[in-house]
Amino acid sequence: MTWETVIGLETHAQLSTAAKIFSGASTAFGAAPNSQAAAVDLALPGVLPVLNRGAVERAIRFGLAVGATIHRRSVFARKNYFYPDLPKGYQISQFEIPVVVGGSIGILSPSRGEMRVNLTRAHLEEDAGKSLHEDFHGMSGIDLNRAGTPLLEIVTEPDMRSADEAVAYARALHALVRWIGICDGNMQEGSFRCDANVSVRRTGATTLGTRCEIKNLNSFRFMQEAIDHEVRRQIELIEDGGTVVQETRLYDPDRRETRSMRSKEDAQDYRYFPDPDLPPLMIDEAWIDRVRGEMPELPEAMQARWRTAYALPAADAQALTASRELAAYFEVAARTAGGEARIVANWVLGDLAAALNRGGVEIAHAAVSANALAGLIRRIGDGTISGRIAKDVFEAMWQGEATGDDAADVIIARKGLRQIADVGAIEKIVDDALAANAAIVAEYKAGKEKAFNSLVGKVMAASKGKANPAQVNAILKQKLG
Amino acid sequence: MALTLADVARIAHLARLDIDATEAQAVHAKLESIFALIDALDTVDTAGVEPMAHAQDTAMPLRDDVVTETDQHALFQRGAPAVTDGLYLVPRVVE
Amino acid sequence: MPGIDGTVAELVAALRAKEISSVELTRAVLGRIEAAQPAINAFISVDAEGALAQATAADAALARGDAPGLAGIPIAHKDVLMTAGLRTTCGSRMLADFVAPYDAHVVTGLREAGTVLVGKTNMDEFAMGSSNESSYFGPVRNPWNPAYVPGGSSGGSAAAVAARLVPAASGTDTGGSIRQPASFTGICGMKPTYGVCSRYGLVAYASSLDTPGVFARTAQDCGLILNAMAGHDRRDATSLARPREDYTRDLAQPLAGLRIGLPSAYFDDGVDADVAHAVDDALRAFRALGATTVAVELPNVGLSVPVYYVLASAEASSNLSRFDGVRYGHRAAHYTDLVDMYKKSRAEGFGAEVKRRILTGTYVLSHGYYDAYYLKAQKVRRLIAGDFARAYAQCDVLMGPVTPGTAYRLGEKIDDPVQMYLGDIFTIAGNLTGTPGISVPCGFDQRGLPIGLLIQGPAFAEAKLLNVAHRFQQATDWHARAPQGVA
Repeated sequence: MTWETVIGLETHAQLSTAAKIFSGASTAFGAAPNSQAAAVDLALPGVLPVLNRGAVERAIRFGLAVGATIHRRSVFARKNYFYPDLPKGYQISQFEIPVVVGGSIGILSPSRGEMRVNLTRAHLEEDAGKSLHEDFHGMSGIDLNRAGTPLLEIVTEPDMRSADEAVAYARALHALVRWIGICDGNMQEGSFRCDANVSVRRTGATTLGTRCEIKNLNSFRFMQEAIDHEVRRQIELIEDGGTVVQETRLYDPDRRETRSMRSKEDAQDYRYFPDPDLPPLMIDEAWIDRVRGEMPELPEAMQARWRTAYALPAADAQALTASRELAAYFEVAARTAGGEARIVANWVLGDLAAALNRGGVEIAHAAVSANALAGLIRRIGDGTISGRIAKDVFEAMWQGEATGDDAADVIIARKGLRQIADVGAIEKIVDDALAANAAIVAEYKAGKEKAFNSLVGKVMAASKGKANPAQVNAILKQKLG
Repeated sequence: MALTLADVARIAHLARLDIDATEAQAVHAKLESIFALIDALDTVDTAGVEPMAHAQDTAMPLRDDVVTETDQHALFQRGAPAVTDGLYLVPRVVE
Repeated sequence: MPGIDGTVAELVAALRAKEISSVELTRAVLGRIEAAQPAINAFISVDAEGALAQATAADAALARGDAPGLAGIPIAHKDVLMTAGLRTTCGSRMLADFVAPYDAHVVTGLREAGTVLVGKTNMDEFAMGSSNESSYFGPVRNPWNPAYVPGGSSGGSAAAVAARLVPAASGTDTGGSIRQPASFTGICGMKPTYGVCSRYGLVAYASSLDTPGVFARTAQDCGLILNAMAGHDRRDATSLARPREDYTRDLAQPLAGLRIGLPSAYFDDGVDADVAHAVDDALRAFRALGATTVAVELPNVGLSVPVYYVLASAEASSNLSRFDGVRYGHRAAHYTDLVDMYKKSRAEGFGAEVKRRILTGTYVLSHGYYDAYYLKAQKVRRLIAGDFARAYAQCDVLMGPVTPGTAYRLGEKIDDPVQMYLGDIFTIAGNLTGTPGISVPCGFDQRGLPIGLLIQGPAFAEAKLLNVAHRFQQATDWHARAPQGVA
């Protein structure tokens, strides 16, 4: 019996406004407890919400970025429930008429290739505060600094069929919201939080299985692990003759499993109704047009352009649009380097990415600028250095041995790394190497093909890597007859 | 739509109001008379009528995205039932 | 010299003429409040010290000649409006010790106009009630006869003005909570158009209906106070961005040609004979002033009460969720866990009427009932608004009794909420439609209790309503009569 997994994601993206969605309090992270909880955030008696234009504008930007419908009239509703981190006893959200409906995001599925994940909706709402469970004499502490931070809740259709696809979507969405500048994407601080609705069904079934909602997926790795675990749990449960109960489950990264959230067991009845404090949100054509005019080129458009203009593979194009900064870096490097953009892509996604990773450095602060990297790649293209030597030059550039757009040339000259172009000089080194390694030559002649590579290595070492490997190959072949 | 005693217990829980059996009986009787009044709405034909949520037909005014508030937690917490280190204290929250 | 019993307009003139100082006036007012408190219980808090300080400042400004329009006039605020540094209880145990950290918008307006805030008036708990018997601080009594209720929910403000304790007071009106107590106590009470006065700092009962307004003895005074209360407030998304206006500008306009609509529903058998006679007499007076009357139909207005009890209760159930014993207000002393803390704190903090409305509202919003109750009520609300729009195409104002009967005895209706609810049958539509209305004294019943005439108009007709009421008061003297024992 084979099983199919069905996943839909709900993402809460904190919008990068200066002030909260319904008050003038700051949204900055990490302030002293309740120092950023204004009267409105605390739900003091008599206070009223007033919607932040910046939050709406970010929702419009998102809607445009995913090709969604932006409702010209949307409505805020109250979702009623009691919880200490919810000061009003209700959350102001959007229910029947959200600001954004539809749209889709393209992803590269490891199993199904390029595909689109359809969005159901994206709506504006306010974040809750935080309950701190350290022991305050058996009590919990409530910090309402986060209460009222604007959220865009982005809900997908149940379009994903594996944890890999869910992660690919989450990464694409994460890149997109940062790309269009509506969310800082900081998952540690909770700026980008995903919940996954997971169900399984027998392959070929047309109806959905009972789903569980997994909360607390605050990294892509946890998302992968949690979904994989949850899928296994559900399949085992059903195969053992049990049934899946619809519930909310929390991922515990330490135990690598999901567990039922008791606090959510209480059957919820949110008693939604339109918030009488807030008239309908009206968004006119002019506003949408202005936001459209200010939109940067979007990652999907950029990927398509590069795939055509530069013949980049889909995976590379996707990886290079992980952020606007990375994409801009690549674009500058590719334009300056000329020639094969695919080589530039390999450098950016290879050595550069590795160096950034090692140092934990953001692309914006890369020690090697796009122009400098292009300068290096040009020297490979024109035969000044080999790809092998280029890696050393890159390392030297990264260590700051030379800066500026011509850093590669400076280092090549200073260290004398220019490739040996003179055939006579190479022949001399080859002859010396053959003479010094008679045993290996004998092995080769006895039919041991591997010995040839060993000889190439000896020659390259003798040239201190400056010989052109292709030339060395050719001359060796010719000499060994 | 008859409101039962069980409904009273359910909505009292939803509304987080402690209510004992005797009280529930009394409340139930009063709510029944209130709903007898409210049920007059059943007789009205409202087909095609747009619900009216607000007294005035206006659009949402918007505030600029500017921080205007300062830290006033000392003032706001002056009358709080239980506070430690700037945090409001509540019986332990179980997740 | 008008002395303490002067109207706002008279006192403004006397203060400017230095015939009386604000400190003298305020001392006299504080003395009267203290004397009347045991019998009437109109106040929850009195701020003698603060009032005298404000009066001193007002006198200084008057002496300098840069005093704002209402400088030195003592007023009281309903205890549902936030007043910085003063206890604001909403008539509830829940907020019995709550000190407001900020001023409501209308409080700020009246402060800036120079008024002297002497105290906070008693009210039905969280403005839910029509008799002022649901206050945690005890019932308010009608100055005309202490065995009778003053009406509610703004009963304390109405009684304070009727007993000549203050010349004017604020109130709030969600289903009739200004107009009905004004009627029961023989004074003017005005509920403006929804959105004209900001709700910021008004502790919400039913947000789509709550309207701050004013009590005074004359229409002119209502206009003067409203001038200081009204105005756009960016902190209230339902506050209307309209140019400021002088609501007293048309007071003196003649009424010749005024078309008065008489809704048949307001003149049926349910209205007490004394009330019907007084209203008929008032209409005769208006005809004598040159007005004409026309019969109009409001086919759905009879549904106002059920619509109101669905919508107001639903909104209240949500609005009052913030009173959870976490950040302010009452927290039970004993509980087992978080949910129990919520339940006990709320059960102890709220009175019976508030709990009933929370439960009613929770039920109508709960799963499976929303469409049948809440959505249905919103649709009928639309039908009622349509009725009024059609009526105003035929007339300038609507008139009728404020309530079917006059004030009743304390305790008479307390066990029959539906009977009490039905007393608001004529006023509720003004809240559902968001339109203005004023209650004007127009007579007394056989027991000597006041009767009020309800004058309603389309949105933003405040100046017109005040004009109509003012001309009526020029032609009658009902408003000049004071309860016994009042100077």
